[in-house]
Amino acid sequence: MPDPATPPEAGKPRRNPLPALAAIAAIIAAMALAFAWVGGWLTPSKLTPARFVDVIEKANGEVSAGYRRAHAKGVCIAGTFESNGAGAALSKARVFAAGKLPVLGRMSIGGGSPHAADSGGRVRSLSLQLIADDGQEWRTAMNSFPVFMVATAQGFYDLNVASTADPATGKPDPAKMAAFGKAHPEAAPFFEWAKTAPWSTSLASTTYNGVNAFRFVDAAGGSRYVRWSMRPQTPFEAMDAEQLKAADPNFLSADLATRLAAGPLRWDLVVTVAAASDPIADPTKAWPEDRQQIVVGTLIVDRTEPQINGACRDINFDPLVLPTGIEGSDDPILAARSAIYSVSFNRREHEIGTGKAPDATGQAGSSTGGKP
Amino acid sequence: MSPSKHFNLPARLLHWLMSAMILTMLFVGVGMVASVTQRPWLVDLHRPVGIAILLLVIVRLINRLLSPPPPLPADLPTLQSIAAKLSHLLLYALMFAMPLVGWSMLSAGGYPIPMFGAVHLPAIVPHDPALYAVLRCAHTWLAFLLFATVLLHLAAALFHAWVRRDGVFQSMAGGD
Repeated sequence: MPDPATPPEAGKPRRNPLPALAAIAAIIAAMALAFAWVGGWLTPSKLTPARFVDVIEKANGEVSAGYRRAHAKGVCIAGTFESNGAGAALSKARVFAAGKLPVLGRMSIGGGSPHAADSGGRVRSLSLQLIADDGQEWRTAMNSFPVFMVATAQGFYDLNVASTADPATGKPDPAKMAAFGKAHPEAAPFFEWAKTAPWSTSLASTTYNGVNAFRFVDAAGGSRYVRWSMRPQTPFEAMDAEQLKAADPNFLSADLATRLAAGPLRWDLVVTVAAASDPIADPTKAWPEDRQQIVVGTLIVDRTEPQINGACRDINFDPLVLPTGIEGSDDPILAARSAIYSVSFNRREHEIGTGKAPDATGQAGSSTGGKP
Repeated sequence: MSPSKHFNLPARLLHWLMSAMILTMLFVGVGMVASVTQRPWLVDLHRPVGIAILLLVIVRLINRLLSPPPPLPADLPTLQSIAAKLSHLLLYALMFAMPLVGWSMLSAGGYPIPMFGAVHLPAIVPHDPALYAVLRCAHTWLAFLLFATVLLHLAAALFHAWVRRDGVFQSMAGGD
């Protein structure tokens, strides 16, 4: 610390340094407090991405080190995206120029356990990383539900809190779920889908929806809001409750392997263009059926790899990793997903990087870790 | 020729410009990782401003080597003089380290590194989880160290300005 008794300059009268020192202390303290406030440390009730992931971990009932905090069970996929060029009129992103480019991705089921039974995975997902010839990347994480559960980060958080398993029963408390449903009527279409939509027998015959709206910007600077889906070319085949109950815990990966042995699997990438009146920032609301839909290309998946050592393991499928020509919308769920995925990625990469995730990296002997 | 009592004009411009940028980056940095709503635009700001700081600190170091700063007052106690020199060394080290660690961290995490429009930076280290884990933690802890050093630097500058009144603050605030 500086010595306040030091004479300012020889020959000048001494001033009382205390007011100046107090002012300096006040300025430094104010800056430190502002920093702590912005960082969320002074507001323990503020919803931060880290606190969000804490609640997901609590809802999971366990932390599966090295695995994704949500959609933990999955398999890496690889293949090709064949663009037919039809998307180039909508977006200047090079992925839509006619041609082929390599694709990495991941197929998974919802839930926090990497060893859960596939029959419990109401939600199925497809994540992709496409790198165009100009080096720009597009990452997307799509789900089998047609609409998202909630429209805000807080609603998403409330859902995780409500669906946390009651230690007594091992299941979510029905009263809490009912209270959530009452407080969040926007979740009704999602719950209706979860209850009534038929389950398909295969990841290959499942439709994956981007759900959130994005803005496509074309070469002339024109723009439109869109949502996208991967529509399977594999015919849909439903399975009933009895079949689900009897199914092998890993029936989805077994089915995928059987099908891929016979040949590649295909999905059409369908872009739906919003009308001016369509809700952009609310992923709980479907757009009308008659909106313009354009098939812009085909995803061809030709192989899988276990996620314990596959290329998808160390990729964060952040839905806001976008090339020029595709922009995020004001949908708050997009920002929330980006923030939450980042924390999940940081935690699991830290566990993998520091050797604390033997199961997730295939170092745990006879483990079957990572197979869906 | 007696040495100037002031930093030269490029040094002063760079100092005040970068002080605003660095403070902005520190607040944007802690804010963006603590927000579930504001992260996208804050991250998009954080990356190019970080790289701009890296470019500016290169210019600043060259200018400092070509045009050394004015000497500290002769009557400054030895301990304060050493503290001043060490804290400036640390500030320079962190101004280089923070953007380089950030750039490396994104590379090791397998992330693209967009700057603006279609301009992207290449990866400078391999995509590797162990490296990412170390660099990600380092970026946070070095940021806290930088903020603490900035506060110390500011406190010392104000001490020179308001208590010692020895011309040290003026050497950066005013010109010849």
